[in-house]
Amino acid sequence: MRARVIVTLRRGVLDPAGQAVGNSLRHLGFGEVGDVRLGKVIDLELGSISRAEAEKKVNEMGQKLLANPVIEDFSLELTDEGGTRTT
Amino acid sequence: MKVAVVTFPGSNCDEDAAYVAESLLGASTTRVWHKDASLPDGTDLVILPGGFSYGDALRSGALARFSPVMGAVRSFAERGGLVLGICNGFQILLEAGLLPGAMLQNASQKFVCKRVRLRGHDTGSPFMRGLAGRVLEMPVAHHEGRYHASDEVLDRLFEERRVAFTYEGANPNGAARDIAGVLSEKKNVLGLMPHPERAVEAVLGGEDGLGMFLAAKSFLEAR
Repeated sequence: MRARVIVTLRRGVLDPAGQAVGNSLRHLGFGEVGDVRLGKVIDLELGSISRAEAEKKVNEMGQKLLANPVIEDFSLELTDEGGTRTT
Repeated sequence: MKVAVVTFPGSNCDEDAAYVAESLLGASTTRVWHKDASLPDGTDLVILPGGFSYGDALRSGALARFSPVMGAVRSFAERGGLVLGICNGFQILLEAGLLPGAMLQNASQKFVCKRVRLRGHDTGSPFMRGLAGRVLEMPVAHHEGRYHASDEVLDRLFEERRVAFTYEGANPNGAARDIAGVLSEKKNVLGLMPHPERAVEAVLGGEDGLGMFLAAKSFLEAR
């Protein structure tokens, strides 16, 4: 089982790096770009555990370490050996 | 007076902190490695120094908070022991939940390294005796110093007189309500982004940082 954890800054938290990327995109002519937010992707190899167990454990990892709830939210995607992906 | 200075992998202001404790305060000073699960017997003050513990991986202070020594620091703080977190030490205290809030990248996106002016507030903390209302000059050197907390928490911090320092004049990092340093509920844990240990002798460009160390010392000696 593999997990991908996506950590993003919470809404309302100023993201100056995201703003800089947005400005550059608009400067390049992508005028349709509005708000840009940067985040982190954390890929985890979990060995042969069940999907339910993986979901439970990775949620726990997100709460304990991978995201700081004061400033960040996280979501996760699980991929099993067969390649089936769920969010 | 017994001071313990903790070194994490990546700490780089531990020497400076130990110098202040040993040479300027005359305290019996022990260097504690982050893997030690306990603090020396009779420790009065723990200093978590500045630096880049664990290379700031994930978030500043996020990994250091799980170092074995942090369990001992937590129970020491819960018993009322004095804990001072400077810069990365402050970030570790936030991640550990010993102080409220979190740190974000500076609003300017730049590493800021310069002298700033701070206003000391009336808090009743052992670290802050004689500093209320004073404007002090100290260096800052950080990339993640934008203090953040919910409006509710910020209001409560001011109501409970737990904001120790605010930036005076220019805010170097975009910190919420100009906050540079905060205290725990019992006021025995202080975290601040500026570096008092780098402003303790005229030869360093100023002595304004010495005040909080001397305040802690006189508090401990009067006990």
